[in-house]
Amino acid sequence: MNRLMKKTISNVRALKIPRKYFCTEGVKVAGSTTGEASNEHEKKQAINKIIPQYDIAIVGGGMVGMALACFLASMPMTKQLNVAIIDSNPALASGLHIKKEDAPDPRVSTVTPASISFLQDAGAWKYVEQNRHAYFNVMQVWDYTGLGYARYNARDVNKDFLGCVAENKVLHNALLSCVKDSDFKTTIYPLRLSSMTLNTSSMSIVEENTNSVEPSSAQGHGAKLQLSDGSSLYAKLVVGADGGKSHVRELAGIKTTGWNYSQNAIICTVEHTSENVCAWQRFLPSGPIALLPIGDKFSNIVWTMSPAESNSRKSTTEEEFLKDVNYALDYGYGPRPTSGLLGTRDMFSWFKMDAAISTNEFFEIPPKVTKLASERMVFPLSLRHANSYSSKRVVLIGDAAHTVHPLAGQGVNLGFGDAFSLSRIIAEGIALGSDIGEVNLLKKYEAERRSGNIMMMAILDGFQKAYSVDFGPFNILRAAAFHGANYISPLKKSIISYASGDHKLPIFL
Amino acid sequence: MAMASNHLRNLTRISVHRILHHRFQSLLNAARFFSDAASSVPQPQPNQQSSPPSSLKDYELAKFAAIADSWWDSEGPFKPLHVMNPTRLAFIRSALCRHFKKDPYSAKPLEGLKIADVGCGGGILSEPLARLGATVTGVDAVEKNIKIAQLHAGLDPVTSTIEFCCTTAEKLVEEGRTFDAVMALEVIEHVANPADFCRSLSALTVPNGATVISTINRSMRAYATAIVAAEYILRWLPRGTHQWSSFLTPEELVLILQRAGINVEEMAGFVYNPVTGRWSLSDDISVNFIAFATKSNSTE
Repeated sequence: MNRLMKKTISNVRALKIPRKYFCTEGVKVAGSTTGEASNEHEKKQAINKIIPQYDIAIVGGGMVGMALACFLASMPMTKQLNVAIIDSNPALASGLHIKKEDAPDPRVSTVTPASISFLQDAGAWKYVEQNRHAYFNVMQVWDYTGLGYARYNARDVNKDFLGCVAENKVLHNALLSCVKDSDFKTTIYPLRLSSMTLNTSSMSIVEENTNSVEPSSAQGHGAKLQLSDGSSLYAKLVVGADGGKSHVRELAGIKTTGWNYSQNAIICTVEHTSENVCAWQRFLPSGPIALLPIGDKFSNIVWTMSPAESNSRKSTTEEEFLKDVNYALDYGYGPRPTSGLLGTRDMFSWFKMDAAISTNEFFEIPPKVTKLASERMVFPLSLRHANSYSSKRVVLIGDAAHTVHPLAGQGVNLGFGDAFSLSRIIAEGIALGSDIGEVNLLKKYEAERRSGNIMMMAILDGFQKAYSVDFGPFNILRAAAFHGANYISPLKKSIISYASGDHKLPIFL
Repeated sequence: MAMASNHLRNLTRISVHRILHHRFQSLLNAARFFSDAASSVPQPQPNQQSSPPSSLKDYELAKFAAIADSWWDSEGPFKPLHVMNPTRLAFIRSALCRHFKKDPYSAKPLEGLKIADVGCGGGILSEPLARLGATVTGVDAVEKNIKIAQLHAGLDPVTSTIEFCCTTAEKLVEEGRTFDAVMALEVIEHVANPADFCRSLSALTVPNGATVISTINRSMRAYATAIVAAEYILRWLPRGTHQWSSFLTPEELVLILQRAGINVEEMAGFVYNPVTGRWSLSDDISVNFIAFATKSNSTE
C-alpha cells in the first residue's frame, strides 16, 4: 500500500509543478492530500486500497467547470462535498497571474446579466471587477445592404447594462480565486482522464470479492476514473465540463448531432483612439463581424468568414488587416443604413405608440480601429449537441453538451446556466438524501436545460443561415425583419431579454 | 432544494381530516398508485438473523446481486418507486426537522436520530435516511430483501452503516428496541392485524418520538388504480398483491393509531402526474397518503 502511495506522489512530482503551488489554501493538489488523508482515515484508505473516493469529479477545470465548483461552494447543502477537478492545464494548480497592464487576450466572453447575477450570488463577480472588464448598455446591429439597423438599449428593459465583456482568463481566474478563498474541499489533479469505468455493478463486485476477505464495501461506489499517470479515483458523479471534444462524453458513449459550418472566425484585440462603450455587430455577405468593448481603449473582434478568407486575413500585414476591419465595420460591401429607406419607418409607424425608447436613436458609425493589439487567432465554427446530457453517474455541462455559433457570445452563458442548474439539482438531491449520481436526479437537470439550449442554438443557427444568403428580395425581407425588430417594442424587449439570459423561452407572449 | 422548500410550504397547509372525494378516475391516473412493499408481505420466516455477505456462498451472492440490480435499477421495474421516493422524503424530512427541531438547511439534518425502517425492502428509504445523517435500522420479514439491501448499502461508506435485520416489528419489540422515529411505509395494508401492528410501532417509538406511516386509502379511486389498473391492466404488481378490503381509510388509521397512543399531526397525499412522470405532495389523500404522528409523553 505504501509503495503505491509513494508512487502516486512521485508521479505528481514528476510533473514538475513547483512545490509552493501545493500550498494554496482551500484548493489542494492531489498527492499532497493523498498523504494527509491517509493519516486521517488510514483505515478507510486501507480498505479502499488508497483509491481516493470523491463525491464529484469535474473533468475540465475551464470556466464552466470552475463555475460549477464555485456554485457548489456557495450553497449550504453542497459546500461539504468532496470534489476532484481533473485538468491538465498547469495554470489551474499554480493559479493564474493576471496583470492589469498586460495587453488583453483575444479570447473574451460576453457575460449576460443573468450569468452576472449567478456569479454575484456565488461571490465570484467581485474578482472579475478587480480586472479589466467592460459593461455595455447599447448594442447596434445592422447589415451590409444598408436597408436596416437596430439599436438596443439597456433602458428598454429597465436594466443598467446589456452585458459585460471580459477576457476568458479574467473570468477563469475569478472563478478559481472564488473557489480558493472558500473553505470548499477541492483536489486538483493536473492530469488527463484516460478511462472511465461506469458499471461497478453488484455483479462485478461479487466476482472481485470471491477471492478477497474484505466485505463488499472494499469497492468504491460509483464511477472509477483512470488518470494519465496510472492513478485512479472513484466519484459518485462525473461531470463532463471538458469542452466541445469532450472525452467524458465519448467515454460515456453519448453521441452528438451537429454539423460544421464551412466558416472560420478570426478573433483578435484591437485598439481605438478613444474608449468604445457599445457592442457592434454588422452582418456581411460572408458572415457577421462583431466589435465588443473590453475596457480601456481596447475592443475585441470576432469576424466570421470562409476558411480561405480567414487564412489570408490571418497572414496579411497589420495595416492591410486594419483597413479590412474598418472597411467591414463601416462602408464596405454596401452603404450605411439611413432612416426612411423603403419607407420602413412608416411601415412600422403604427407600432410607435408603445415603441421602445431607442427607436428614436439614430444609426451610429462604430469607432475607427487604429491598432492591432494581439495576434490573430482562427477557429473553425461548428454546431454540436449531445443527444443526451446525462446517463448513470455522468452528466455533461457547457460545450461538452452543446457547441454553438459564437455569434452572440452565448456559449459560455449557456455553460454558466448549465452549471447553475446542475448545482441546484445536486443541492435538491442532497436535501432529500438521494444518491447524487442517480439518473433520475440527473434527468431533472437535463429536462431543465435541454429545451432552452436547443432554442438558443436554433436561433443562432437561424441568424447564421439568414445571413449566408445574398439574394435581393431576401435581403429586403431580412431588412424589414430588422426594422420590425427595432420598432415592435414587445418583440424587441423579448430579444434583448433573451439575449441577456432572462427568459427561458424566446416566445414573445 | 427549491422543490424541497416548496414542499415545506405546502405541508403547513395540510390538515388532518379530509373529506374523501369519490370521483371517477380516468385510466391515466392509474399510475398514481405504487407500493414498494409488494414483496415485503410478512411471512413466517425462519427466525435466524441474516448473515453478513462475506459469509455467503458465492453463487448465492451472485443470485442476490442480480436481483439487487433490478431493485436498484432506476429505469427498471421499480422505476415508479424511485421517482416517488424524493417526494415522500421531502415530507419525512420536513416533518422530522420540525418535530425534532433540526436545522432544515443542514445537509445532514437527521444526525443524532435513531430511525427504524419497518418493511425496508431493498433499502430504498433506508439509504437516503442514512445520507441525511440518521442512524438507521432497516427490518424486513423477507430475508431476500435484507440481503439485497445489505449488498447495495455496502457499496457506499455512508450507507454501509445501516443495520439491516431480517425480523418483524413485533420481534423488535420483544428485543426491547426503541427508536426516535419509526417508519412504516406501504406496509400496514399487508399486515394481518393493523391494530396490533400499530401497537408494535408505538412500543418501538420513544416517548415524544415520531411515527410515519404511508398506505393506500380504501376508496373507489384506490380500487380502480391500485388494484384494477396496477395489478390487472398495467401489471406493475402481481395479482393479489393487495386486498382492497384490508386498506385503511385515513380516519381509521388516525383512530387505531390514537388507540395505540400515537397522535397523527399531519397528513398528505401523493399524486402522480402522468405527463411529467413525477409525484408531488398534495392535500388529495384519496389514493396514496402519508401520515406523520407523534407519541405522547405519557403512554403505557
